[in-house]
Amino acid sequence: MRYAETGYHLEIDLSRGNVERVETDPKLTELHLGGLGTNAKLLWDRVPPETDPFSPDNLLIFGTGLLCGTPAVGANRTIVSTFSPQTLFMAYSMMGGFWAPELKYAGYDKVIFRGKSPNLIYVWINNDKVEIRDASHLKGKGAVETAELIKQELKDPNVQVAAIGLAGENRVYMASIEQGRSSASRQGVGAVMGDKGIKAIAVRGTKDVNIARPAEFLERCNDVLKYIQHRAENPIKNVEPIFEGLGSPQEMKLIDEKWHTTGFMWGNARARRKDYWTKDVEEKWKETQESMRTRLISCYNCPMKCGAIISVPGISTYMMKCYSKLTYTMAAYSDLDFGFRIAQRATDYGVDGFSAPQTMAFALELYEAGILTDQDMPGMPPDTEGRFYWLLDRIVRREGIGDVLANGTYWAAKQIGKGAEDYAHNNIKKHEQLPLKLGMLNPVYFLMYCTGEKANITQIEGQFPQEPFPKREQREEFVKDWIQVPDEKFKQYFLDWEPRGDNSNPHYPTAQMSCEIVDWMEKMHYIDDALGVCAGLSSFPLKPPYHIHNYPAFISAATGIDMDEAGLTQVYRRNRNLIRSVNVRRGLRRADEKPPEDHWKKRFPELEEKLLDAYYQFKGWNKEGIPTQETLKELDLAYVAEDLEQRGIIKNG
Amino acid sequence: MAKVKKKVKSIKIDLDKCNGCRACEMICSAFHANPKYSSNNPARSRIRLIRDPIRDVYLPVYAGEYTAAECMGRDKYVIDGKEYSECDFCRASCPSRDAFKEPDSGLPLKCDMCEDDPAQEKPLCVKWCLNDALIYEEREEEVEEEVKLGEMEVGLESLVDKYGLQKVTDTVARMSKKS
Ligand code: SF4
Ligand code: SF4
Ligand code: SF4
Repeated sequence: MRYAETGYHLEIDLSRGNVERVETDPKLTELHLGGLGTNAKLLWDRVPPETDPFSPDNLLIFGTGLLCGTPAVGANRTIVSTFSPQTLFMAYSMMGGFWAPELKYAGYDKVIFRGKSPNLIYVWINNDKVEIRDASHLKGKGAVETAELIKQELKDPNVQVAAIGLAGENRVYMASIEQGRSSASRQGVGAVMGDKGIKAIAVRGTKDVNIARPAEFLERCNDVLKYIQHRAENPIKNVEPIFEGLGSPQEMKLIDEKWHTTGFMWGNARARRKDYWTKDVEEKWKETQESMRTRLISCYNCPMKCGAIISVPGISTYMMKCYSKLTYTMAAYSDLDFGFRIAQRATDYGVDGFSAPQTMAFALELYEAGILTDQDMPGMPPDTEGRFYWLLDRIVRREGIGDVLANGTYWAAKQIGKGAEDYAHNNIKKHEQLPLKLGMLNPVYFLMYCTGEKANITQIEGQFPQEPFPKREQREEFVKDWIQVPDEKFKQYFLDWEPRGDNSNPHYPTAQMSCEIVDWMEKMHYIDDALGVCAGLSSFPLKPPYHIHNYPAFISAATGIDMDEAGLTQVYRRNRNLIRSVNVRRGLRRADEKPPEDHWKKRFPELEEKLLDAYYQFKGWNKEGIPTQETLKELDLAYVAEDLEQRGIIKNG
Repeated sequence: MAKVKKKVKSIKIDLDKCNGCRACEMICSAFHANPKYSSNNPARSRIRLIRDPIRDVYLPVYAGEYTAAECMGRDKYVIDGKEYSECDFCRASCPSRDAFKEPDSGLPLKCDMCEDDPAQEKPLCVKWCLNDALIYEEREEEVEEEVKLGEMEVGLESLVDKYGLQKVTDTVARMSKKS
């Protein structure tokens, strides 16, 4: 019997209409766990590096994490992997919600799509019965609406549906895959789903998920529940409200948005409004939020409430989470009422809440600058809010200028020319970033921005505070119950980190310390993404319930695989280097690894080179950021080394 | 009749506090697995979350008695502007739906309040509901000591109520001759 996992993949060839249930090799679970790790393995093995993201040979993988569907609290992530039309590198966008556990209960660890369907279809997975169904009646329908229609059609309210909207159907690069309260938004995974002709995947499962050592496993789960309660009663002191608790950023619960609205950038990641958050604004936002938020909701098997049902009078109800509450609002210099309204339409269209508003703000900047003209924008309304709706409608339909903007700011700027490139200023690896611009270079963040394989800061940061605490006593208090550190030395790094003076940014933490800190944070994300545990209970917030010391026991008890901290670190390094190699094979090099030029006002080119050198060395990579032969061989990735050598990317010895 | 003390176990359900996580379903099924927690499968649970996010319907319902036949009517309740079907509130394992039945055998499931030896401190679904949508309450009630009727007696009594004792005895006598 297989434990925690089901041991089966569902392989669907859309070109041939072929569906197969394929048993997997348990050895791969030992090597990569599951989720992101085994997704990467499939992409390495099966998709040649020259494959175009919109080629039928590209795979679209919906992978569940190893612990999804077990009693492990918050283990509900679906990891969607493919090659991204946006970055051209490997995409791994994740969604919470209810889909991954349902797939496990249906008896599968992953659904792997290849080929393309000639007509729009949806897939209905009902335990052993899998059907490819016609979806022509769903063409052009919103993602939220599609899910509702499919549930009605199948006459089962317990079906979980992941669907694309108009944006995905039209292969808009910023298209998301929506699933109730969650979405896989980044890197254009919705565009690949649309390209393959898949409107939705509906799943229902009523089978068991097994645990190898049940009593032991339950005890671990109980510890996590207890710790979550403990953290609810003991918020972290001396930090902004947003860092106090667990979960994804508690945007749906919190009214106080001072930190985001005064610290992050408005418009096309341009203007900081330090005085924005006034009593009046707070009151108005409070009223908006409380009148439109019907209920706070969670993902499967999680006591947190990171999402909300939003009902704006007069328009359809939808679900929202985290930061999309503010991205439209701030990009359009508007307010929360507008944010909630446009997000409804954006969610039904199925677009990424980072990239879409930024691209629209970018377009309006180009218009102000005369680079885009009235000829490009025929009939555009005069007010910013009206223009946002106008642009959104065109982007998702690829109409007129929308066809250009649908490829995101990087590609759009290239196509528009006339100096438009200067306005696409907030990208890493061709992908839009959080609108954040700061003063002094932070060495830890520098490394994360440069090297994060996903080009998404929230998917690599988390365990080490973003800023030093002003007073030593505050720092001492913070480290007292910091059980999550992999090693005591991290406490010292934090204790000695000062806002000013010798031990401050950019020279402290030192290069060596920065490498260790970044590696720790990245490790936790990679483990979460292989296990399918929500980062909101693990790698993302300070002092989370899951950490490097208790994870091995979870994995061992759930699967029966003997796992300790060293073994788990090795799995992380294996998955990390495999994904790096997948991207290296597609051309990723040192030159791609840089933060947006204007991310910090104060930059230190020499120090930055030194940091990157140190980090590559720490990782066992060469000066170009490519894993060395030794590194790969030590991680059972000799076949990867061989391939890279054959391609002339690395040299033997 | 003499008064006796009886322990009444109940679970108070606060719909407003439910975040829809389905941890209750998951852990109920795990607790009733054999060996305990060796597997889980919400389709086997004795509590069901009736959930329709878009209409803000979040309703945990416990499995009650088995019924051989479904109800004739399908009434509707409107509460706070939200429409519920009568079935939504019903605890029966009933032919009209697949809730509260073992998915493979179709045998009915019923909440047993996590009866265990030694007893659990509180039912598992309550323990895992950190949002306090499910609150366990135990109270002692003084009740009149009654002669507890067996299942058959309950049935016979209802027949006697309906047809009179004479008719029921005659029928039983006739049936016993036939067989
Ligand atoms: S912490 Fe939040 S986002 Fe994460 S699983 Fe729980 S409810 Fe979902
Ligand atoms: S555990 Fe509680 S909050 Fe979660 S679905 Fe059940 S009743 Fe609702
Ligand atoms: S009380 Fe126990 S048996 Fe009843 S629904 Fe809850 S967990 Fe299941």
